[in-house]
Amino acid sequence: MTKEMVSAIEPLIPSLRRYARALMQDRSSADDLVQDCLERAIGHWHQRQNGEDARAWIFTILHNLAMTRLRRSTRRPMHLALDDVDPGSLTSPAAQEDGLRHRDLLAALAKLPEEQRTVLLLVSVEDLSYAAAARVLDVPIGTVMSRLSRARERLARLMSADPPSIQSSPYLRSVK
Amino acid sequence: MTSRPITEDDLNGFVDQTLDPARTAEVAAYLEAHAEVAQRVATYRAQREELRAAFAPVIEEPVPSELDLRRLIEARHRPRTSARWSMAAAAVVLLAIGAAGGWSMRGMDLMPTEGIQALSREATASYAVYAPDHIRPVEVRADDASALDDWTSQRLGRAVTIPDLKSAGYRLMGGRVVPTEHGPAALFMYDDDKGTRLVMLARPMKAEGNAPMSPHEQGDVNGFSWADNGLGYSLVGASSADILRPLANEARRQIRSQVRGA
Repeated sequence: MTKEMVSAIEPLIPSLRRYARALMQDRSSADDLVQDCLERAIGHWHQRQNGEDARAWIFTILHNLAMTRLRRSTRRPMHLALDDVDPGSLTSPAAQEDGLRHRDLLAALAKLPEEQRTVLLLVSVEDLSYAAAARVLDVPIGTVMSRLSRARERLARLMSADPPSIQSSPYLRSVK
Repeated sequence: MTSRPITEDDLNGFVDQTLDPARTAEVAAYLEAHAEVAQRVATYRAQREELRAAFAPVIEEPVPSELDLRRLIEARHRPRTSARWSMAAAAVVLLAIGAAGGWSMRGMDLMPTEGIQALSREATASYAVYAPDHIRPVEVRADDASALDDWTSQRLGRAVTIPDLKSAGYRLMGGRVVPTEHGPAALFMYDDDKGTRLVMLARPMKAEGNAPMSPHEQGDVNGFSWADNGLGYSLVGASSADILRPLANEARRQIRSQVRGA
């Protein structure tokens, strides 16, 4: 059984880290979260229903842990200004121009309501099916679809409304 | 035949490529006829690609050892005892060293301060400090082996061969330069699939520059030390002498063949 569990869970670890990083915004608390998630997954593997999709199952654990933690640590964690966050901590050592380009996107992403951001990440980045995303978020598929539409529309609006990144770039501001 | 009307859900499905081929074709045809919607869908697609690109580097990162599933499973089966034991071992060793230091200052020469026995003691102390470390057991990781090589060679004033113990199931984690009473030493750390760690310490020897392999033990920590051509080596771990002896022999064999080959 351990073998089956390892072969089901191990390949998912990089994706779990990615989703955790997107939610927690810093590497160590994200990895801490993933460790917590893996420990629970190991402990509850035998309770998984037969034939249940391991990916949706473990993302559910991770998502719930993240929400609990975010709500406990601060009231409105995702509204923290991305200006205060080292872009490197989100996307790790990307080239600087990539960093700037992605910075705007991540700043816009952070402005989305949490329910829209999570659905967008699960579907667009983690490639979860709509049904799996519904399972993770514990909402009907219809809700997933409407949140996804709103998330995409809002993100597009935020991106087109954003001033050029050069004006708010922390790199340029700090050089003087 | 009139096709079903295109919905927002279809547009999302088109962006995420979850539609069946027939519906995909219908949406594509619809978009050709509706430039404004097509523009919006193109924006969503670009958005999706950008998001994936922004988070892609996380996937490329090596998974930290705290997230090694096999280790987590192992830790569950032996909950915390191993960590606690190595902490205890570390405390015992540090106390012993402190006590030894105190005594020798009073002129009671209980422990040899030179030669192989001193090296064994230093290796055991390094093991006690670094092997239980889960935050930064090594300073330079194995994937940067050439930097590790340069650093240790430069500080020790001579090249130090890093033995490869993979065939015995121990991977090089990395290493660092550590202080000893006899100057800088090179520490290399290895672990196996169960997370069992071994430490090899190497430093130049002023006394006993050539010494046969000899075992030593301190509490749960066993080791084997030897010296060749003025360089001393000690391999230590919280494993039995029977496990460590062949590893030490293999390390010595590799080091000797390197020296001859060089």
